[in-house]
Amino acid sequence: MRRLIYLLPAVAFVGLVIYFFVSLSRDPSVLPSAMINQPTPAFTLAGLGDKPGLSRDEFAGQVVLINFFASWCVPCRAEHPVLMRLSAELKTPLYGIDYKDKPEDAARFLAELGNPYGRIGTDRDGRVGIDFGVYGVPETYVIDKTGRIRLRHVGPLTAADVAQELAPLVKVLQGS
Amino acid sequence: MRSFLLAVVLGLAAGLAVAVEPGERLVDPVLESRARALGSELRCLVCQNQSIDDSNADLAHDLRVLIRERLSAGDSDSQVLQFMVRRYGDFILLNPPVRADTYLLWFGPLAVLTLGALGAALYLRRNRGAREQAPAPLSADERRRLEKLLAEDQG
Repeated sequence: MRRLIYLLPAVAFVGLVIYFFVSLSRDPSVLPSAMINQPTPAFTLAGLGDKPGLSRDEFAGQVVLINFFASWCVPCRAEHPVLMRLSAELKTPLYGIDYKDKPEDAARFLAELGNPYGRIGTDRDGRVGIDFGVYGVPETYVIDKTGRIRLRHVGPLTAADVAQELAPLVKVLQGS
Repeated sequence: MRSFLLAVVLGLAAGLAVAVEPGERLVDPVLESRARALGSELRCLVCQNQSIDDSNADLAHDLRVLIRERLSAGDSDSQVLQFMVRRYGDFILLNPPVRADTYLLWFGPLAVLTLGALGAALYLRRNRGAREQAPAPLSADERRRLEKLLAEDQG
């Protein structure tokens, strides 16, 4: 029985190998979010051109999706068709926040690829992005009826992300 | 020799260089030095292994400007750090806080070292005890063999 203690280093080693193996398969660029289950930060943003802008208090009591995008952001282009489908299929408002962008560039971007957003706010200096904890576009947030952030997706949304994460959560939140 | 010295001086100067742009700096030297101290403690979230003072990323620039705004508005250093942590989480701190859930991180290596030292001490003590025991005296048979060998050697 006493001999078993000599096996301890080997057991610890195997444990470490498993831990490192699991950790390596996780993407280190996706950071944990401090804003999950926190109230949505207050913001009031001007719209694109002469269109109405976006402010937090307008969508109180509703489940909404907020997508940070920019015309200069290449992954946003990749994500765009998914957003177009999303806004057509989901019965939840999808709002856009144009992050550190020139309004005329954003207008051209949307004219070219289509506009999936019900409303757009322009965050020219990126301050609203910082309040959300955004560190790179695109990022997508799901906000529940009480105004809390329930999901944050970093990077471009894929059809699989929508089917597995976003759509089921929105359904649950809308039912509650 | 002179070019060598020049290279050394330039090399050292490069080590001091930070990405803080002249336009960002505050006029008040006290506030600016506080901003520098804070900037070197905060992680740039885009490049992850640089502080926001060392990074040229756009977000790092925005955060540097934000720190200076908060300080000018009268925030204390810890209020500025809190402001950042609320938005970006503990990950933004290059020095993780000492808390119950980070004890393993801070004290784990010391615990492993202590365990190892304890094990080594126990092992050494047990072995020394064995070494210090006087060897058993030769038996009659062994003595006879020894004398025979010695006699062979002399003969």
